[in-house]
Amino acid sequence: MALEKPYLDVPGTTIFDAEQSRKGYWLNQFCMSLMKPENRARFKADEKAYLDEWAMTEAQKQAVMSRDLNRCIALGGNIYFLAKIGATDGKSFQQMAGSMTGLSEEAYRDMMIAGGRSPEGNRYTHEWERK
Amino acid sequence: MARITASVYTSHVPAIGAALDLGKSHEPYWQPVFNGYDFSKQWMKDNPPDVVFLVFNDHATAFSLEMIPTFAIGTAARFQPADEGWGPRPVPPVIGHPELAAHIAQSVIQDDFDLTIVNKMDVDHGLTVPLSLMCGQPQAWPCPVIPFAVNVVQYPVPSGRRCFNLGRAIRKAVASYDEPLNVHIWGTGGMSHQLQGPRAGLINKAFDNAFLDRLIADPADLAQMPHIDYVREAGSEGIELVMWLIARGAMDDAPPRVRHRFYHVPASNTAVGHLILENAS
Repeated sequence: MALEKPYLDVPGTTIFDAEQSRKGYWLNQFCMSLMKPENRARFKADEKAYLDEWAMTEAQKQAVMSRDLNRCIALGGNIYFLAKIGATDGKSFQQMAGSMTGLSEEAYRDMMIAGGRSPEGNRYTHEWERK
Repeated sequence: MARITASVYTSHVPAIGAALDLGKSHEPYWQPVFNGYDFSKQWMKDNPPDVVFLVFNDHATAFSLEMIPTFAIGTAARFQPADEGWGPRPVPPVIGHPELAAHIAQSVIQDDFDLTIVNKMDVDHGLTVPLSLMCGQPQAWPCPVIPFAVNVVQYPVPSGRRCFNLGRAIRKAVASYDEPLNVHIWGTGGMSHQLQGPRAGLINKAFDNAFLDRLIADPADLAQMPHIDYVREAGSEGIELVMWLIARGAMDDAPPRVRHRFYHVPASNTAVGHLILENAS
């Protein structure tokens, strides 16, 4: 019998559950390695060579190199781990979060100052399908 | 006997720590956030605890995917502020209380809560930002702190009900400790925020304020709320709010005195919420 996952019916949202964690194990462990300055330096010097040291899929490596955080998350990444890539790039958490929304950095910041994204129309996947 | 006299609830947004550390707290963007804690800093001086039991979550800092403890109690004598990729925050080391921590572990595990015992752990912004908000920028933190880490990163995270009941077990454990310590328990994280995906930036003021109302007045009922309500209404990272129920469960059953309540949007991607509750007697 399948497990109940009601959170699959929330638009624009991927819940990092045991299944996603299994898929993303090496992607996230690679991110974790960027906590060490010497690893950050090696990654920056040659991203592909550094990524090839990890048992990641080619799709995961490509998503990292293109800094496509939505793709990284779809492939099992978790935002707190992916944030280590942002830190390596000198990006703030707000810049990282904003990059996933399709808004410009300025537009995202303005949305937050104006009170954030409303829950209205953003609770169920069918509400986005109509858009 | 030791006793829990008060509980504190606060968001632990990393950008708040960065704003303080970089001397930006008086900028117009940050001033309203820090003003909300002016009362709290004075309250800490007027009501100094002997020990703070600080419920927080690690953000892929001390715990990678190698090990994911649901509940982890820090029993060490000392905890270093972690390097989260930007260098460690320039804040004092956290001094633990190994004797009380070991006593709580012994009692709570015998009450059927399977805690992980942690004797070595660096602590990230989840723990140090609340200390900065409540204590400012001292040379040393005013008292020992017992870090208590909850997994809210990988689902399923513990339910609100389990967190609330764990708080009750912690209350009982503290009350059976012989030394007459004044203990505060803090629940941190939240409020509404979502840091990932096209829905990032979600904020729900109505949900947050109702959460504060219910946390004060009817926490046992609030503890029944399922995970999906947090995710849908307060964002995927709003789930951190289950940690507030641990602190609330550790309070007496009689209604608490509300000493302070504060709410502000935004701090970076997040709604900031803050409460101070005191036990009535």
